[in-house]
Amino acid sequence: MTTVHPTPRTPPLVEQLKGGLDAPICLTWELTYACNLACVHCLSSSGRRDPRELTTAECFSVVDQLADLQVFYVNMGGGEPMLRKDFFDIVEYSVSRNVGVKFSTNGTYLDAAAARRLASMNYLDVQISLDGMDATTNDAVRGEGSWAAARRAMDHLAAADFGEFKISIVCTRHNVDQLDDYKAMADDYGAQLRITRLRPSGRGVDSYHDLRMTNDQQRQVFHWILDHPDVLTGDSFFHLNALNTETGGENLPGLNLCGAGRIVCLIDPIGDVYACPFVIHDDFLAGNVRDDGGFAHVWRESELFTELRQPQSAGACASCGSFDACQGGCMATKFFTGLPLDGPDPDCVHGHADDALAAIGQGVAPRPSQDHSRPGAAVPVALTRKI
Amino acid sequence: MTVTETTPDTALPESAELRADDVAETPADEVVDEVLVEEISIDGMCGVY
Amino acid sequence: MPDTETTAPRPGATPATAGFDPAARYRLSPRVGLRPEPFGALAYHFDTRRLVFLKSTDLVDLVNALADHPSAAAAIDHTVEPRRRSAFVTALASLAESGVVEPAVEPLLEHPA
Repeated sequence: MTTVHPTPRTPPLVEQLKGGLDAPICLTWELTYACNLACVHCLSSSGRRDPRELTTAECFSVVDQLADLQVFYVNMGGGEPMLRKDFFDIVEYSVSRNVGVKFSTNGTYLDAAAARRLASMNYLDVQISLDGMDATTNDAVRGEGSWAAARRAMDHLAAADFGEFKISIVCTRHNVDQLDDYKAMADDYGAQLRITRLRPSGRGVDSYHDLRMTNDQQRQVFHWILDHPDVLTGDSFFHLNALNTETGGENLPGLNLCGAGRIVCLIDPIGDVYACPFVIHDDFLAGNVRDDGGFAHVWRESELFTELRQPQSAGACASCGSFDACQGGCMATKFFTGLPLDGPDPDCVHGHADDALAAIGQGVAPRPSQDHSRPGAAVPVALTRKI
Repeated sequence: MTVTETTPDTALPESAELRADDVAETPADEVVDEVLVEEISIDGMCGVY
Repeated sequence: MPDTETTAPRPGATPATAGFDPAARYRLSPRVGLRPEPFGALAYHFDTRRLVFLKSTDLVDLVNALADHPSAAAAIDHTVEPRRRSAFVTALASLAESGVVEPAVEPLLEHPA
């Protein structure tokens, strides 16, 4: 008889996760679409508050539901979450129910008093958003004064002895050469650096082609991340693992798979549940927490999430030797560039999507379903170096 | 030519796990192949900004 | 174990145990959320922010029973068949390193007569 291997008692971890869990491990919760900034690539097209926002009581109910599911923590954002008058109430309630809070802010409202209040709280992580090493680079994307506001917030956190906070940067064509500078700045603050991938989501739909990295820059980022294992990435660069032929098979750290609808999801300011924050579009809307059965029902029973938890076809990528490493890239990035989901990522390092992308006519790619931008507040993309 | 009957313990390069699985022959061997704990990175996971 | 990135603990977070001693008594850390799953459980440490998968319901039972025994070794011997013992010792050592289990401090309660 042929040799028999011991039967695995459980499927490999990655297969467990692809099939979805009974509850998210964590999730993103956008508290408001209101924002004082108008970043050119905002994934939620934020600016104006939506009048249908969840009330304070509804937010507390969401916290209760997450606690019951034992969701370990929430990533709160928006828009600018600190613009909600009940921001601290929601955060403190969440922590009291053992749902940890990490929140992302542009720092404008993180004054000295807020910093002290945050420093006094149990399980609370803060992430300051920045997109450049100096005001010129940053403000071109996030608006005049935004860099200064972020730096002030970081100074307040330091003064309040908050401890380690995160600085989070979206990698673009214009800031990728500043990675070492970001690392140095984070080190100076005793902060943790996080770099993430730009997706053509929200307002990013329009700025994507001006801001997306070149393939050479992608390779640069891939190797830089490997050289700096203490830098976080939100697992957002796994499409670059196709470059592991240059590293003897070494992949980026992390899960290297899409968790949307499987391990994570988004709750938006009006209670809509999407697969992830980068697909705020009707095609990826799973339900609403205000529906019967609340969040748990959406997570466990929605058609969309059930479908995402089925084995996904490699499609056009099946014949590519890199598929195991890159998993075909990012669903959101494919969707908003008009590419099929069962095919290569637009930023496929092998260039397998280049022809298809070039062939996509104007107006074909999906637009975000909603736009909360404040009229006239758009930040012009001043740095538009074409590839 | 006779067909050589191969058995798990003689034909192929051995690993400890294969040998350990044949409990009847080597009852003292422990099952060392199980990896029961796995840690994963959860910085946001993909889909969280 | 796959290479992972971990978020650094906030100041004041309990550092992970340096070594695992099977002769010592252990318990599930009160700083950990243990969430049952069909395949075992997820364990999330709220101070270190580390997430660990326990890939066996037997291991989950063991972790929950740890504090009821005078030593980790006794707990293992009570709940696990001998041929799986070393895998479970390794597993507990991993869990001790990540802080999911820690040395027990409260006294072992004897069963009432």
